[in-house]
Amino acid sequence: MKWTTIFINLFALVCFFISYGKDKSKTKLALKVSLKSFLRILPLILIIVVFIGLMLAFLSPAEISKIAGQKSGFKGVLIFAFLGTILHIPSLVSFPLAASLLRSGASLTAIAAFITTLTMIGIVTLPLEIKELGQKIALLRNGLSFIVALAIALIIGVVL
Amino acid sequence: MTPFPRPKKKIGRDWLIFFLIFIATIIVLWIFPQKKQTVIHISWRYFLEMIIILPAIMVIIGLFTTWIPKEMIKKYLGKASGIKGFGLSLLLGALPTGPLYIAFPIAVALRQKGARIANIVIFLSAWACIKIPQEMVELQFLGLKFMGSRLILTIILITIMALFIELIIERVEKRKNDLPA
Repeated sequence: MKWTTIFINLFALVCFFISYGKDKSKTKLALKVSLKSFLRILPLILIIVVFIGLMLAFLSPAEISKIAGQKSGFKGVLIFAFLGTILHIPSLVSFPLAASLLRSGASLTAIAAFITTLTMIGIVTLPLEIKELGQKIALLRNGLSFIVALAIALIIGVVL
Repeated sequence: MTPFPRPKKKIGRDWLIFFLIFIATIIVLWIFPQKKQTVIHISWRYFLEMIIILPAIMVIIGLFTTWIPKEMIKKYLGKASGIKGFGLSLLLGALPTGPLYIAFPIAVALRQKGARIANIVIFLSAWACIKIPQEMVELQFLGLKFMGSRLILTIILITIMALFIELIIERVEKRKNDLPA
């Protein structure tokens, strides 16, 4: 088993015992929230694992590498940054997808760009952000986030 | 409280989409039977890798959402100032307490109370992309090196971005005030 698996489960367990020691009924309430969240995310997880299975069975690493690997160059990075901007995938399920692409030929830079724009920029929530915070802050934040995401991705590509 | 931006109607829709994809997959595998083993093997492997941490992630989300109400975040963020304010905005934004649209009203209330624009942008950006459970799933699937360096770079760059946005907005507002009415 991976150490990350053990670490995450231990962390949850410690949090649970601290909470349970402090307030039983509050902890019960929290577990109800957990269960609801779990049932909400479950169909999305099932969708993404089937999608990953199909993708890796029908696309060879060479083909994935051509679209998102070193060979695709900056264009590939831009495409993935753009995909992250427009797609509305919850971040929790985007990581298995990102990992599957990375393990079969995609470049670190493209994957880092994809995850960063996916989480940082909210095209779906942009109208609400404009309405609540005003055009200036909302557009500057989302627009500059695209550049920031590209910078993060390029540095990760160089460092790792 | 809903940690995911998924209203009830959407959950039904998500299951429907899964059902349709599942049927489509069965048809595809019926046409390409030689791919069947690979698809099942890969999907199962990724499902296991996810399901082994998912209950823990959900427990963490549930506990944080229950123990840290919105009001508490508002209270602490209102006191934030200076470098300490940046750190506090980051930390409060990173707590797993709900989807981005919950953060907008908090940000508006803070702005009206006179919080710095930089702090508000840092808070919103952290809320959007540095959630604790999200970092854990990233750790599981992409490893410590990837997750760690992306986290550090994100913190540094959103702070710079926040200061830049503050500078621009203050300039624009100053120019507006300087113009004769």
